[in-house]
Formats: sequence, C-alpha cells, structure tokens
Amino acid sequence: MTAASKPASRAPVHPVLDVERIRADFPLLALRVNGRPLVYLDSAATSQKPQQVIDATASYYAQANANVHRAVYSLSERATAAYEGVRGQVQRFLGAADPREIVFVRGATEAINLVAHSFGRARLRSGDEVVISAMEHHSDIVPWQLVCEERGAHLRVIPMNRDGELLLEEYAALLNVRTKLVAVTHVSNSLGTINPVKEMVALAHARGIPVLVDGAQAAPHLAVDVRDLDCDFYAVSGHKMIGPTGIGVLYGKAERLEGMPPYQGGGDMIRSVTFEKTTYAPLPAKFEAGTPNIAGVVGLGAALDYRAAMPWAAVEAHEADLLGYATERLSAIPGLKIVGTARHKVSVVSFVLEGVHAHDIGTIVDQQGVAIRSGHHCTQPVMDFFGVPATARASFAFYNTRREVDALAAAVMTVREVFG
Amino acid sequence: MAELGDLYQQVIIDHAKHPRNLRAIADPTRSAVGDNPLCGDRITVYLRLEGNLIADVSFEGSGCAISRASGSLMTSAVRGKSTAEAEDLFRAFHAMLTGTAGTAATPAPLGKLAAFAGVRQFPARVKCANLSWHALHAALTLSAESVSTE
Ligand SMILES: Cc1ncc(COP(=O)(O)O)c(C=O)c1O
Repeated sequence: MTAASKPASRAPVHPVLDVERIRADFPLLALRVNGRPLVYLDSAATSQKPQQVIDATASYYAQANANVHRAVYSLSERATAAYEGVRGQVQRFLGAADPREIVFVRGATEAINLVAHSFGRARLRSGDEVVISAMEHHSDIVPWQLVCEERGAHLRVIPMNRDGELLLEEYAALLNVRTKLVAVTHVSNSLGTINPVKEMVALAHARGIPVLVDGAQAAPHLAVDVRDLDCDFYAVSGHKMIGPTGIGVLYGKAERLEGMPPYQGGGDMIRSVTFEKTTYAPLPAKFEAGTPNIAGVVGLGAALDYRAAMPWAAVEAHEADLLGYATERLSAIPGLKIVGTARHKVSVVSFVLEGVHAHDIGTIVDQQGVAIRSGHHCTQPVMDFFGVPATARASFAFYNTRREVDALAAAVMTVREVFG
Repeated sequence: MAELGDLYQQVIIDHAKHPRNLRAIADPTRSAVGDNPLCGDRITVYLRLEGNLIADVSFEGSGCAISRASGSLMTSAVRGKSTAEAEDLFRAFHAMLTGTAGTAATPAPLGKLAAFAGVRQFPARVKCANLSWHALHAALTLSAESVSTE
C-alpha cells in the first residue's frame, strides 16, 4: 500500500468493499458526539469493535466461562478448547509454523517486555548492543533501556530521513559483533511508515543477529507472514485490530522460545514444583503464567474470524484510497504540513498547522465530532527529530469513508477561523 | 453543550497570539519548570523578587494556545504583587478551574483571568491552563524544581 492509490500492475481485480455494511457491524460508529455524528479517526490508538467481537466476549462469560487447562469437567474442557482454538487461528493468521510459537500476552507492550526480560537479560552482557530505530514507540524503547542499563549494554539507534524512512545503509553499518538483538517497528504509529523489515531481518541474520518486529500498527493493515519476514519475534496488539483490550500476541520462533528462561512464574507454566526445584512446562505454557485473559482470547478469535471473511485486497485498496484522499485534502489547507511522507505508508496522517498547537486542533475538531489524536503519540524522539512539540494525527481503518475525510478537512479549516 | 467560544475567549486568543512576558530573566531570584508529560508541553517561569514583591516575572516554553495565554495572563496578573497576593490568586484560579469553592473566605478578584472559566467544560484542557500557575507556585514555594500537571 502506498500513498499513491494506484493498484499494483498485475493485481487481481478485487471486489469493492461494502463499507456501509461493515460500518453497521460497529455499533460505536453510530454514536453522536457534541451533537454531531462521530467521525472516529483514531484507530491507531485503538480500533472500534464489531458486534461479533462484543458478542463473542459476552457469550463466553454467559455460556462457557471456566478456567482453562485445569479441570476435567466438560465446561473447563470446552473453555480450553476455545482458548487453544484461537491459538491455532493466530498461528494461521501470522503464518507461523507451529501453534507453540504463539504466546498470549496483554498487548504489544507486554510482548516486547517479555522478550526484553527473558531473552534480553539472559543474552546481554556488558558492552553488548541492542539496535532500535528512530521511530520506535516508547514501548519498544523503554524495555530495552531498562535491560541495557541493568546489563551494562548499549542502545544504538537507526536514523531516518526527513520523510520518515529508515536509512538502511546506516542500519547495516550499525550491526557488529556486539549487536545481540535488533528491535524495529514494522509500521510507525506516528508517521505511518512501513519499514522494509524483511530486508532488515535478512541483513541482521547475515550476521547471526535475531530480530524482534513490533507489529502493533502493521497487523491492523497488512497481511503479515512471519515466516516470509523470517523475524525471530513479532509483537501484536489485539485492541488495535478490532479485538478486545488486554489481549495481544507474542510470536517467537520455537527454537528461540525454547532457549529462553520464563518471564513470570506461577500456575500453568510449570511441569512440577517442589521447594527444591521447579521444572517448566513446554511451550507456549512456559510463558503463560496464571489464569490468562480467556475472554480476551475468545474475542480475538472473533476478530480474526471477522477479518478472514473480508476480501483483504479490497481492504488494502480502500485504505490506500483513504490515505491518498486524506493526504490530498489536508495538503490543500494553507499552513498545514504533513509529518511523515514515506513512500510506503499505511493510512495514518500526522500533521501540524502553522501557528496552532496540536491540542487546539484536537479540541476544535472534536466540537465537530471528529476524534483525532494530538500529542507526541508515545514517540517523543520522533517529535524531537521533526522539531515539533506535538502533531495532530488522523488514522484510518477499513470502516472509515471519504465522507469522513471531508469532515476532517472541513473541521481543520475551522481551526483557522478560531485563530483568525 | 460546551461551546468553543467559551474556551477560546477573545482575550485568550489575543494573549496566545501575542504573549506578554514571553522571555527569560537573566538573573532570576527563582525559576521553576512546569511540564505536562502527556502532551510534552513545558513551561519555565522566572521570578525576580525584591523582598516579598514580585518585581519581574516571565515565562518561556512551548505549549498550546491555552497554556501560552495562561502564561501571558498569569505573568501580567502577578507582576508588582506580593508573593502572598500571588499565592491567593493561584488558589482562586485553581478553584475556578476545578469548580471548587476554594479555601479563602473572600477569594482574590480574578479580573481578566476569569476568561479561563470556560476551560472547566473541557476537562482535557484544564491542565493546559494550570501549567504556568503550578510553575509559579513551585517557584514561589520552591517546592520542586519541576512540577507536573499529571
Ligand atoms: C508501534 C506500537 N508499538 C506498541 C504499542 C503498544 O501496544 P499495546 O497497547 O498493545 O501495548 C503501540 C500502541 O500504541 C504502538 O503503536
């Protein structure tokens, strides 16, 4: 998907997305805010949920609630089957080789922290290096800072250009014998950039360096294939891809996960416990201590079902159209500058308006029912790089429309009137 | 329903576009930084005291229209006042924004600062209006080098 909404040359003809029918599945999109229809353009923060996901979560509690992996009665077996069934769904969704490579966590943040704690602490020695990029979300910076500080290791940062594209030559030059891990985002939440992670993984692997990819912003927009990317770890957030909050996934190659110490200790992650010695359960239970977010997993399963039923090529084409149209409409507003102009982008548009702070934009457009994010988007280093305190960000999902882009553009125009 | 005009009063727009006292003081008696980690806004307030009198006061930093206007109007309001009078204003302003009655029996008259009354209807923006006042309060009481509105 690129800013130019031109379909790839030999792309198959795809059906047009029936956006109005899709919208009817998302009850929140029918809401009115400040007397106006809600125009929800903050899906990069969290997406809305279809009724199917809401129902699946509710009916789990109403009809199937029991703890998993613990009892022999039928209800518990049914809950366990549902829970493990979703693991298989996630495996297929990500293109993983084995369901044991799918670990359920709280979100992308916990997925990254799991790797930082377990893999990072076991592997990093004084003087070692972890390579991240200039456009990481704070959740792919701070866990590495913490573990580096503890182990006496150093953080190195892949620079980017003014369009918000990583500099691959500089990246290659950063990799050396002390590099123990590369952690890079697949898609930037504040700039929309799609990074060439497959190429980046190959460069790291050529030196035997494992790679973690933060897929929180990629999975909602792209068809992800972890075996094609060949990454060692991939972090996914459920709530950003029409699933419930509090559920996410860490994909890890089995041989990597096997070699890692547990992240948290507790029930479900053990094989046997005595006061002298505990042996751990096999994958993936080793990394799932305690009662998991079963309802969240069930809801995530419904989200994946919903997604699987959508013609994905049409979704990508629709989102590319929204990106192209929003870029065009916003660029035409005097004094507006788009931050993040990479060639390959998802449908995220960050912008600044000359002489107006992002928070004022956010408040003023909200009065017209338009919900966008304003601030640093948990990417302060990105703001520093572009020399702005904050940006306004409109992020689009497949349920958004051109009409909503028009509403955004009209609302941003009124910002000028207020400050006239 | 909250109206935009309640928030962006003309006097606020004017002070946001042409902030008064937006500068550093070379040799301040005291200074304090107020920051709002959620938005990345940061304001420094400088004070030059002569005894208990605020002889000069200024602010610097980046922020939204509300926080700039607030810095501008705050510095204009407390210049030439005693530190005790400035603290009274701080309390009265805070009470207006949070909708609490305040503790003073006779609250300090707010004058132009009353333009910020409408901010109360925009809870997400209350901290923007408070930022420079919290920095002032910190500088006056030297309670901290940096204060946060979070
Ligand atoms: C790029 C990126 N990584 C990680 C996260 C954190 O995800 P989660 O909310 O699932 O912890 C986010 C969410 O804002 C994100 O945008």
